[in-house]
Amino acid sequence: MGNLTPELERKLGMAVERMPAFPKSVQKILELTRNINCLPKELVAVIEKDPVMTLKILRVVNSAFYGLPNKVTSVNQAVVYLGINTLKNLALSFAAVGILPGFNAAGFDTQRYLVHSLTTGVLARQLCQKYGQGQADPGDCYIAGLLHDFGKVVFALFLAPEFSHAMALTEARGIPLHEAELEVIGVEHGYVGAMLAAKWQFAEPLVECIRLHHVMDAEPTAMLDCLRMADQIARQRGQFITGTPYREDEASVAPERFGADPAAVAASLGDLDKIVAEAMAFVEVQ
Amino acid sequence: MKIRFWGVRGSIASPGPATARYGGNTTCIEVRGDDGELIILDGGTGIFPLAQALLKELPVKANVFITHTHWDHIQGLPFFTPLYIPGNTVRIHGAYDVVTGAGIEQVMNVQLQYSYFPVREAEMRAGIEYETLNLGEPVTIGGVTVTATLLNHPVVNLGYRVECKGKSMFFTGDHEVWYNIYEPEDEGFEEYARLIAEKQEAVADAMRGVDVLIADSAYTIEEYPAKRGWGHGTFDSSLAMARRAGVKRLYCTHHEPTRSDDDLEKVFAAALARNPLGAGDPEVMLAREGLEITL
Repeated sequence: MGNLTPELERKLGMAVERMPAFPKSVQKILELTRNINCLPKELVAVIEKDPVMTLKILRVVNSAFYGLPNKVTSVNQAVVYLGINTLKNLALSFAAVGILPGFNAAGFDTQRYLVHSLTTGVLARQLCQKYGQGQADPGDCYIAGLLHDFGKVVFALFLAPEFSHAMALTEARGIPLHEAELEVIGVEHGYVGAMLAAKWQFAEPLVECIRLHHVMDAEPTAMLDCLRMADQIARQRGQFITGTPYREDEASVAPERFGADPAAVAASLGDLDKIVAEAMAFVEVQ
Repeated sequence: MKIRFWGVRGSIASPGPATARYGGNTTCIEVRGDDGELIILDGGTGIFPLAQALLKELPVKANVFITHTHWDHIQGLPFFTPLYIPGNTVRIHGAYDVVTGAGIEQVMNVQLQYSYFPVREAEMRAGIEYETLNLGEPVTIGGVTVTATLLNHPVVNLGYRVECKGKSMFFTGDHEVWYNIYEPEDEGFEEYARLIAEKQEAVADAMRGVDVLIADSAYTIEEYPAKRGWGHGTFDSSLAMARRAGVKRLYCTHHEPTRSDDDLEKVFAAALARNPLGAGDPEVMLAREGLEITL
């Protein structure tokens, strides 16, 4: 938890309007849309791999103008509501903002961040299908994974010196990044990500999941369990960490859902290397 | 309630002997409430002859509802003569455009640019008001209510249900029934099919039981595969939609600009022969410029 001054809240809220998308998505959107007959599903596949584009599209479709009875939580739903041509033009307008720099003033690696977010999203969806059936929607779990660390990008771009300081503190003291953020900025990335998601009227369970993913005494839900477990497996497997490194002595997530042996859960999901490799290929991390 | 078609052509005005019976003007429909409330659905070129008729009943209080901002649905707006006469009020309703981030107040801006039209909006003497609609919130005009529903077209398109004293009509604007963007073997196929089914049910609810459904039926089913994704319906898709929603009468509109009256009747007859109407089915007919329906 934490507190944001109204001034900082306003600044961060506006900042995302101008936030560019990831380089590979921008490039792919421009490529695809040169062909008037581009396949809608290919466009969706690019958009839903980019947290910035996904956020912006969900924000638009959930806006009050459309007064939709249920919150839209997936890009496919947005296609059904807005139509593929409108989505294409929205994606092009996001692409026109520019590309998210790989190197920013905070020294935060946005490509690593994207690999981690994609991996966590895919894992959270699989975990939901296996361990949370009927209790959460696998598509929602994917979005939760994709967006859970979005607050970090916001920090990196708009509170660069403070975020850089927090990252240094994590390394120097071996404390989790969210604790360092609380100390330096006064709020952690989950809180800020959720604040933005709430402002854009995202579905309540998704907002809560983003907000609570580092709040250990929070009331667990199937989506939150799946997100935390996915995050843990992704951190354990990948070298693509942009926050707290995995520690061998970490408590296992939601043992009542996943059992006492996290390694067995990870093994049950099949070829994790392939998931990470696909995420890397999309981001083009060498 | 009275309904009158002032324009039934899609895409571009198509005057000439081949279209004289059904008419060449683009979309405009006049709907009157029982107390004379004036609702105008879309401002295609058909709004110009309507404007001429309205000059006999000044001052005009017009409530224009734009389904979407493609040319054939807005092109006649600057020629809507009541806009130039003091004492008239023209209230224009429509959707928020997510791509431009602007509301319906932008609808005439492009057309009224210096190079394209001689008069600026500031010089129009009627009271002009704009209302960007929030979906699901009915608009009340006297004894008439108008409710918007989000449909499927390459720009945000609203279908409108108009109700007055127990009578009702629904106009789709331009609408293509959703299709699955995935192949059956793709991972997303089932999820997408489910989303479409939900949406179709919601649209059927929005049209449920209306006395008159006026629906975009631009294509034949033979033409459709080459035009998939262009945002228009077929005679067959409109009939299926009308049956699903239990409407009483269906008028097919948005006639193709290249289709002659004779050809239009031919393809319409073929569609009916393919879909024989039984008990409980709606009456089905072609929309025709000048046709007036009294409910």
